[in-house]
Amino acid sequence: MAAPPIPSFATDQSRARESSRQRGVQSIGDRLYGGWITASALVIPALLLLVAVVIAISAWPAVQSLGWRLLTDTTWDVPHARFGLLPALLGTLASSVLALTLATPLAFGAAIFVSELAPPRLRRPVALLIDGLAAIPSVVYGLWALVVLVPWLRRDVMPFVRDTLALGNVPLFAGPAYGPSLLAAALVLTIMILPFIAAVAREVLQAVPRSQREAALALGATRWEMIRDAVLPNARAGLVGAMILGLGRALGETMAVTMVIGNAHLLPTSLFQPAYTIASLLANQFAEASGPLHVSALMAAAGVLLAVTIVVNGFARWLVRRTEQQR
Amino acid sequence: MTAPLQDASLADAHVRLDAWSVWFASTHALDAVSLVVPRGGVTALIGPSGCGKSTVLRSINRLDDGQAGLRVTGRILLDNVDIHDASIDPASLRRRIGMVFQRSNPFRRSILENVVYGPRLHGLATGDALAAVAERALRRAALWEEVKDRLGEPATSLSGGQQQRLCIARALANEPDVLLLDEPTSALDPGATQRIEELLYDLRTDVTIVIVTHNLQQAARVSDHTAFLLDGRLVEVDATRRLFTSPRDPRTEAYITGRFG
Repeated sequence: MAAPPIPSFATDQSRARESSRQRGVQSIGDRLYGGWITASALVIPALLLLVAVVIAISAWPAVQSLGWRLLTDTTWDVPHARFGLLPALLGTLASSVLALTLATPLAFGAAIFVSELAPPRLRRPVALLIDGLAAIPSVVYGLWALVVLVPWLRRDVMPFVRDTLALGNVPLFAGPAYGPSLLAAALVLTIMILPFIAAVAREVLQAVPRSQREAALALGATRWEMIRDAVLPNARAGLVGAMILGLGRALGETMAVTMVIGNAHLLPTSLFQPAYTIASLLANQFAEASGPLHVSALMAAAGVLLAVTIVVNGFARWLVRRTEQQR
Repeated sequence: MTAPLQDASLADAHVRLDAWSVWFASTHALDAVSLVVPRGGVTALIGPSGCGKSTVLRSINRLDDGQAGLRVTGRILLDNVDIHDASIDPASLRRRIGMVFQRSNPFRRSILENVVYGPRLHGLATGDALAAVAERALRRAALWEEVKDRLGEPATSLSGGQQQRLCIARALANEPDVLLLDEPTSALDPGATQRIEELLYDLRTDVTIVIVTHNLQQAARVSDHTAFLLDGRLVEVDATRRLFTSPRDPRTEAYITGRFG
């Protein structure tokens, strides 16, 4: 056994090289590099903290004078100093959750098609087209929705549901059906978050090891059975993550929603009625906010939106970790 | 069917490759391989990396179907029926031909759920009968005694060798006629390897086994017939004892004496 001395010699050499590097000229570069990285890592959380602190300070007067009424009051009446966020908060949640519900099956279907079923030649073009949806600016979606989606809802969908299906008395479809509505906002959000969910889901599915697929195939599973039994169970945590990413985007989306939701301070009880979201409220009112309490109430609204997003993200992390552990 | 002589008569051929060629895009993976796998016993496929032995194995259960750029010519017969015949459904073909891979690949489910996956899929058993099927398969894979009290635990809690035997049990639960093994012990330690080799010895009486191995000693130990492949061609196939003691082809001799590969 003449082998051992050789590796130990090599280790000695590399150890020597390492220590000379620590003492040598490069150590300044190393230190600069380390400092830069550490600074970058600290700046980002600091920014988040800064934003939160500024919002908290600015929102304080409204919180102090209105208290819980900020969250429980359903009236938003600037001249009478009533700033109830409940309709906008519920509108935000309703439009986002609705959009997520509609987008998830479509996005997962598209992801499964691209990753598992499409002929190899079709995969890239279809994936590129889906990704392309994500590149369209928000305001363009809003314009499209305003010019195409809302008139279609008003002319065809709403009369069909209320008259032909005779569902006009159902609260979910109640109210004056003139187009801009919770439904319009949810639909445009659906299209906007679709590419994000689909892209992440596709990556997650493609990351499932080939050995798992072959295990199912070799036991006589059809392609569908393989997807159901080998691919999806392995992708579960990542798919939940994809949904949460979509939900996060939907919660904060401003421009397109503001253009089609109707911007009315109504509790979102009917799909056909106008509603409001916090993001739209901020976009509409911040520029012309009158009086310090109004500004402060809007800051409180921003704080609520931030809190909702953070809670959703935290919930998502918890859910992903839990599904990981269940495996 | 002329070049490499094979003394197994065609009458008891269980699997027969007839001038079987495979291309992946422009790569010619197998070139007119003609090979008879006799019924019962163990047939080993040996040869250097990239010689096409895994491709032979994966051709027999059509696992590469649908791979981009796959092109094949020739025939593969299972019990004298062409496995590419329109009447053959690949999924039910794979029910009859079990496969075990180089790295154990249990599903992320319990031990029991892994074993009953195939029978449940194909409706071979339901309810209480499933438990009996699982026990029989685990006994045949010599794993029952080690796992009978922990069937509900995740399959990943088993050791590497146990996981590989679980994969064998999972394949056996489908009651296959043929069992394909693709270097099943190359990731295992000598002890676990020996257990699997003993297992193959016991299984040979009622299942036709085809094993791909890098390990020449293993081929010599476990197989009745050995086929030597080189660069996608079948060089020689013979009774294992004869192929290892008096190879007819100089390339076979060079390989088994360790001059290349």
